[in-house]
Amino acid sequence: MKQFFEGSHAVAETIRLCKPGVISAYPITPQTHIVEDLAKIVADGRLNSQFVNVESEHSAASVVLGGVAAGVRSYTATSSQGLLLMAEVIFNIAGMRLPLVLTCANRSVSAPINIWNDQQDSVSLRDAGWIQLYAENIQEAVDFHIIGYRIAEDKSMMLPVMVCMDGFILTHGIETVDMPTQEQVDKFLPPYKALYKLDVDDPVTLGALVDPESYMETRFAIHKTHEEALSLIPKIAADFSKSFGRTYNGLIEKYRLDDADRVIVAMGSVCGTIKDVIDELRSKGKKVGLLKVTSYRPFPAAAICDALKDVSKVAVLEKALSLGALMPLATEIKSAFFGRKKSPKVISSFVAGLGGRDITKQSVKDVFRLLTAKELDGEFIDLKPELLKENYE
Amino acid sequence: MSDMHFNSGHTACSGCGQSLGARLVLEAAGKNTIIANNTGCLEVFSTKYPQSSWGVPWIHSLFENAAAVASGIESALKYLGKKDSVNVIAQAGDGGTADIGLQALSGMLERGHDILYVCYDNEAYMNTGIQRSGLTPFDSNTTTSPPGSHSMGNIRPKKPMPEIALAHGIPYVATASVAFVKDLQRKVKKAISIKGPKYIQIHVPCPLGWRHQPNLTVPVSRAAIECGLYPIIEYEFGKLIAVQRIRQKPVEEYLKLQGRFKHLMKNPDEIKKIQDIADNNIEKYGLRLESQ
Repeated sequence: MKQFFEGSHAVAETIRLCKPGVISAYPITPQTHIVEDLAKIVADGRLNSQFVNVESEHSAASVVLGGVAAGVRSYTATSSQGLLLMAEVIFNIAGMRLPLVLTCANRSVSAPINIWNDQQDSVSLRDAGWIQLYAENIQEAVDFHIIGYRIAEDKSMMLPVMVCMDGFILTHGIETVDMPTQEQVDKFLPPYKALYKLDVDDPVTLGALVDPESYMETRFAIHKTHEEALSLIPKIAADFSKSFGRTYNGLIEKYRLDDADRVIVAMGSVCGTIKDVIDELRSKGKKVGLLKVTSYRPFPAAAICDALKDVSKVAVLEKALSLGALMPLATEIKSAFFGRKKSPKVISSFVAGLGGRDITKQSVKDVFRLLTAKELDGEFIDLKPELLKENYE
Repeated sequence: MSDMHFNSGHTACSGCGQSLGARLVLEAAGKNTIIANNTGCLEVFSTKYPQSSWGVPWIHSLFENAAAVASGIESALKYLGKKDSVNVIAQAGDGGTADIGLQALSGMLERGHDILYVCYDNEAYMNTGIQRSGLTPFDSNTTTSPPGSHSMGNIRPKKPMPEIALAHGIPYVATASVAFVKDLQRKVKKAISIKGPKYIQIHVPCPLGWRHQPNLTVPVSRAAIECGLYPIIEYEFGKLIAVQRIRQKPVEEYLKLQGRFKHLMKNPDEIKKIQDIADNNIEKYGLRLESQ
């Protein structure tokens, strides 16, 4: 049934439908509405779950680690500094092959402290072994959590999934959402049956010390699983489409790409703005398009190359950066094309929207305007040069 | 896997007090136990892949989060309706308890989880090479509190962990020693019979770090207790219900057994300071045998 939902409320209701037995979280803006709603849902008896209020995000991640290690589906959510405080546990959860789902309400990182949206938090944890899915709108945020549990708990995966949704823009925005029914979710997402768990009737040792004889294979195995996820994610997404009637590829989405000669590549909610601009420019005869990257990890290099191989000019627009280096998503797209026969003539890289600065339709038009034969590396959009003047005298 | 819950064949040093303590704890807790273990000697020497000493379900995640991981396990068991038949133990060394793991431990105690937390106190970071922790005793020589022309060793007395645990209003707090096996195991059994968070701190000598002969592990721990430096105490629901009373011996009898205090042996002023710590303990907890 279609209803107006605040993004956080919609995600909380979705998690209720996924029936985690252990939920643990520590409050951080803009994640708070999700966990407040879940606390109330549990308090009202609408979900049978242990809601554990902890003293830090490090412990929130550790509690859900323990919950899923004991064989129970678990859930947590965080943002920004919270995700960074969890970082040690984030790596650990993937290394232990524990299938969690975590919502990252994307927010900038300190210093300076700033509570608004960008994607530096989750992008900085791209190498942790988690699958990362980026939602464009609230409907996707809802659907990706359900898909996320299916991916994570698939016996061939056993990897955690981070569903990334832009803070405030999606967590506090209100949209029409087709909220799945319990029957639909139950049919698509069977109860979690752990491949291994802490069970007194069948004792196992988890988290052993692994020396040089075996450590490398554990990392190789995660890497291999990510490769396999590139074919599994579209299959699960197709399965989802059958049950819920909404179609996702799960890795990428092509928007008006077919004859496009200039294309923006982006992740998350900015894709909605870009689509509007594309529609406008298309109505004026401009051949422009969007390639939305949904799955940042695993990185769908082949699918991206295939989608962009006939495009003349590509602009990679990011809400994250790698300070002191080329921009993260642009770097990976360029390296994916390296040595390929067919590739764009220009792959320019743009940074926008850091710390919650609005990426307006004009910002997106500026990206298209700057997407010329001259390749740009890390061009900042909407920068204010007047704020950069320094005087140490 | 043999019938033992904690099996031999691990790689602990000879005379390791912590391996002895862990075996005694698990023997008392029994097979229906799940353990969450912080990083440290115990984790390293008992689980070198592909071997494991543990005959019960056991998990290690990180240095500081066993109390939080155990909280998640306990919550999962509650969700499954199995908590009443399974004990959950979180365990760590002194650094993992009093320093890096203190926040997670405090959270676990405050939230009221039905978990027994065991601190194996060997009074320094032994796994990384004998660096001082918050539970390293006053004047102790460790690799990061070395005595020198400007220092007599560790500058502060032990952090009062049992009192810190007690301040959370939890139903059971006790200290124990590997030198007093029956007392230790009685306390473990009693702790797991009580619902809620429990804290037991066990004195476990480390021959390598304390620099004593491996065959002196038990006598060294006994000497610590007999001089008053390691009070054996037991609190139930906030009340001190039992202490191990002693015929007090001078602290020097304990200090001289160990290389970590060797630099004090010709310094009566420093020994006097340590004697004062022991005397205060004896007063505070009423450790003196009345016949004395």
